[in-house]
Amino acid sequence: MERLILRRLSADGEEMILNFGPQHPSTHGVINFMVETDGEVIRKAIPEVGYLHRSIEKIGEKVGYPGFMPFTDRVDYVAAMFANEGYAIAVERLLKLEIPPRARWLRAISCELCRIASHLIAVGTMTMDIGAFTPMLHGVRERETVNDLIEALCGARLTYNYHRIGGVAFDLPEGWREKTLRFLDHFDRFLTEFDRLISFNEVYVKRLAGVAVIPAPLAIDYGLVGPNLRGSGVDFDLRRDLPYGAYPHFHFEVPVGKGFQGTTGDCFDRYYVRCLEMKESSKIVRQALDTLPEGEFMAKVPRRIKPEPGEALSRVESARGEMAYYVVSDGTENAWRVRARTGSFTAMGIVEAVSPGLMVADLVALIASLDVVAPEIDR
Amino acid sequence: MNTQELHERLRARFGEDVGPLLEEKVDSSCVVLPSRIAEVCRFAKKEVGIELDHLEDLTAVDWPKRAVIEVVYHLFSYRHRHALVLKVLSDRAAPRVPTVEGVWKAANWFEREVFDLFGVEFVGHPDLRRILMPDDWVGHPLRKDYEEAGGYHGISNVRENPLVELRRLDERARAALSPKASPPKPATPPAGPEPA
Repeated sequence: MERLILRRLSADGEEMILNFGPQHPSTHGVINFMVETDGEVIRKAIPEVGYLHRSIEKIGEKVGYPGFMPFTDRVDYVAAMFANEGYAIAVERLLKLEIPPRARWLRAISCELCRIASHLIAVGTMTMDIGAFTPMLHGVRERETVNDLIEALCGARLTYNYHRIGGVAFDLPEGWREKTLRFLDHFDRFLTEFDRLISFNEVYVKRLAGVAVIPAPLAIDYGLVGPNLRGSGVDFDLRRDLPYGAYPHFHFEVPVGKGFQGTTGDCFDRYYVRCLEMKESSKIVRQALDTLPEGEFMAKVPRRIKPEPGEALSRVESARGEMAYYVVSDGTENAWRVRARTGSFTAMGIVEAVSPGLMVADLVALIASLDVVAPEIDR
Repeated sequence: MNTQELHERLRARFGEDVGPLLEEKVDSSCVVLPSRIAEVCRFAKKEVGIELDHLEDLTAVDWPKRAVIEVVYHLFSYRHRHALVLKVLSDRAAPRVPTVEGVWKAANWFEREVFDLFGVEFVGHPDLRRILMPDDWVGHPLRKDYEEAGGYHGISNVRENPLVELRRLDERARAALSPKASPPKPATPPAGPEPA
């Protein structure tokens, strides 16, 4: 596609092609949108991705099974825990490895904390894209505490590398449980405060309600997953419907969009489903901390990981929806093929279909509500 | 339905064009004739009781020894919560597979990615162009025999060992400290591939 800064399509200058990105604060990374506009109205927005392609899948074929774990962090660095977990589960399925209960619980705890951190960024940057700066700072402030907790757990604040094939890397540090519970008490109050601060603010609701509606059949057809799919009213969550790890043991609700302020599947639904999910994550962490089993946190794993030839798919519910790892083994110490299916990739694929008729400013709301993370699109 | 039952339903409709269920070690799959894949997928999506409405993943695996590229379809049904894996084997020298973009819109970008990274041509795809690599990139990086070019538009993708550079800086600093010593010869960089 021809890349131009700006091109006028009609003599009166109303119709033009506009480059939105790749360096634009509301693109959440490096993505380019070729926007065909007629005045303020978008005729079509075509996403151009690939700026952050780091060939992570090719690296997976070269570095051996345990060696790939730190690279999975970079698939989605806002929610790295899930990529860790998805890859670990896929390889464990290949090895037919049972992991100890304590490891499963620790995985659930770390993942749900990571979901809170990721959703805080999602809703925070969304308010900022719409034009309210303060709520973003509130979100990031809470996320700092989550980062502190995860740092105490595994030593890293962003690229965690916490999960291992066969379990997790470290047990809970001393006093961590009490610290986490204290934070969750505070966090539940914070969610109410956040709703009062911004969620039901009249201007904010008017900017989002009824904008960029994605009906459920369209969402399924384009392969939307996770909060974006549930925002469209599809009641599906891998943690509840195809449970893995420790999730069968927890009780939690699955929030589904139902036109909270406008139409089902609009930007506000996708936003508010994330707010509600944080509350559920907080519940899950509490339950997991209360029922945390004693024992080993790492299974007996052979020193050289060499699965039998075969293939396995793992599906986990990441903060950006279903993350699937497809790992093919040829019986050697290196995987023959590692494939990461991510939520942002398909979410970006729907933009071209939803964009016609939106105002230019609403495109920002659409991208923010889909919560795409550029490295996860490009891998 | 479990995988066996799903497979039987497909066999009953398409006969030998849907291969036997390969009970591979962990996940099982079945191979479909390339010419029938779009039809099989449309049937699997629409047929009451099967309704595999979610194209979870569409990707490929390169097998140079068998001279095939496998295109892999992971399907899932939201209504019935069952899953099926289909595979299409295409000739590695000139891989051509009919598109399933008309069945699931999600296939549009998945197929573009497979085209970009494996060079599989999806016949009938409305907008088949590279998605992750630049438009003028040469080769398909996820193929097993792919070799990197020396660089891209004057941007090198090789560099010398940083330790060599550090050693050179050390020598220069040492020479500056001892003025009596003869002026140091610049260390010759090791012979490496020239950046293109």
